[in-house]
Amino acid sequence: MLATHRGVIASSPAAPYILAMPAADPDPIVAVRNLSKTYASGFAALKSIDLEIRRGEIFALLGPNGAGKTTLISIICGLVRPSAGTVLAAGHDIIADYRAARAQIGLVPQELTTDAFETVRSTVSFSRGLFGKPRDPGHIERVLRDLSLWDKRDDRIMTLSGGMKRRVLIAKALSHEPRILFLDEPTAGVDVELRQDMWRLVRKLREDGVTIILTTHYIEEAEEMADRIGVISKGEIILVEDKAELMRKLGKKQLALSLQRPLEVVPDALASYDLSIAADGAELVYTYDTRAERTGITALLRDLAEAGIRFSDLRTSQSSLEDIFVSLVRQDR
Amino acid sequence: MSAPIVNVHAIRAIFLFEMARTWRTPMQSILSPVISTSLYFVVFGAAIGPRMQAIDGVAYGAYIVPGLIMLSLLTQSIANASFGIYFPRFTGTIYELLSAPVAWWEAVLAYVGAAAAKSILLGLLILATATLFVPLQIAHPGWMLLFLVLTATTFSLFGFIIGIWADGFEKLQVVPLLIVTPLAFLGGSFYSIEMLPPFWRTVTLFNPVVYLISGFRWSFYGVADVGVGLSLGMTLAFLVACVAAIGWIFRTGYRLKS
Repeated sequence: MLATHRGVIASSPAAPYILAMPAADPDPIVAVRNLSKTYASGFAALKSIDLEIRRGEIFALLGPNGAGKTTLISIICGLVRPSAGTVLAAGHDIIADYRAARAQIGLVPQELTTDAFETVRSTVSFSRGLFGKPRDPGHIERVLRDLSLWDKRDDRIMTLSGGMKRRVLIAKALSHEPRILFLDEPTAGVDVELRQDMWRLVRKLREDGVTIILTTHYIEEAEEMADRIGVISKGEIILVEDKAELMRKLGKKQLALSLQRPLEVVPDALASYDLSIAADGAELVYTYDTRAERTGITALLRDLAEAGIRFSDLRTSQSSLEDIFVSLVRQDR
Repeated sequence: MSAPIVNVHAIRAIFLFEMARTWRTPMQSILSPVISTSLYFVVFGAAIGPRMQAIDGVAYGAYIVPGLIMLSLLTQSIANASFGIYFPRFTGTIYELLSAPVAWWEAVLAYVGAAAAKSILLGLLILATATLFVPLQIAHPGWMLLFLVLTATTFSLFGFIIGIWADGFEKLQVVPLLIVTPLAFLGGSFYSIEMLPPFWRTVTLFNPVVYLISGFRWSFYGVADVGVGLSLGMTLAFLVACVAAIGWIFRTGYRLKS
């Protein structure tokens, strides 16, 4: 996990990531266009958002509290009315064709909102009916077993622990075999065991072709689970990137050398290295990949000595997803 | 993949869920209204009734039966329906209904249908209880059932509106206690409005419950304070007004969606 060895960004601005939007997906499972939401209080929770979720991926929507994550999910699921813009879910407009759209969607809300007096099995069966599916005790049993709820099937929900209630909410969301699953802050207040169970289930669902969209403000969670990561801040999507690509960028490390004599340009003798001049020539910055077999540091230092370039100090730095996130969000403030 | 035009599974699920709530609390839902109505029969029917004159040729104990059934029907319809929709709003479980492929009229049909079904059952139960205390006759059973069903439906719709409007348990209680119960008591449950002085008789005609009780009593004994056509018309008018209000609620998302 990257965040465990995070460092400080030396000179890598976050700006390049903003422009790194991937090309449009011809057949996204969720397509959000110019979506805005201004609440009656005047608070603009979403500002003309565009977002495409690919079929079958795990997408992590990352952002601080109040960024607009839940508003976005709530609009797609039908809990909040958009002020402007459109959303297509599985090709169906979420307002004009809400029945077809919602039948494909399962939502696990952030809050533990459950009926108190119902039994686990009856509440999950209720959800299946609500979403327009005929009874299927076999499917309900599979869902309950997958979530280790089968032993509790005849217990009243109010007798369950918080973690078990969270499982019940997931079971309800899966009761009607949705193709798109929204998990809003799924691990808030969840113990390790449930977290692992949940990720196991999420991976299994993805193998079955279910698209999963989760919101979180834990970067580790996005790193661990997601195929792609989107960052939302103050109602705007400020980054969408394949996690692998993001990690490749983040795998870069920088070595900054404080020079005794300033340089104006990188000497030709060192042209083969990924070098740049920083701090008005007072620093020479070498960018290298920590995952490569050789970092090239030894050779660089040797060649620097041969070129007669002397330095007084050196430091290395690495940007983590968290650093990028923090700098993006701060920049946005 | 096209969705069906009517989400029958959802209507069924909500209806059964709401009915299950009744069977879970039989004391509160069934026994307590039956007992309180029986108390009225004992006090007004058995104790005071014999000392009262017959009204329009109907013995007092029998005369009050339709009014008492209406009283329970109104309060129970409102209580059932308002609680049924308010509670998920209070606990937050309403998110599921709002995110489901359910049209507003399907949700209303299920919630109001269940609330009305419960109060109709209760009305019939009270009717059965009444036969133990007073001799009863039902002149127009078809009309009796029609008024029973229409009133239960209308006031369940009204209760549904209250359940959406209320933002606390107090408001949930205020309308039934401070408005509906007085209207029902003053609407001729225990007397004919002909017994009132002329001024108050005119005032009473503004009370919608008068028309319900009058029509319902007519279906029992063939006597009425106002014409049965007027009774039916007023009931239907209130029903249409409630449906229109609920349509507006769901179109605007009032108290449901921001």
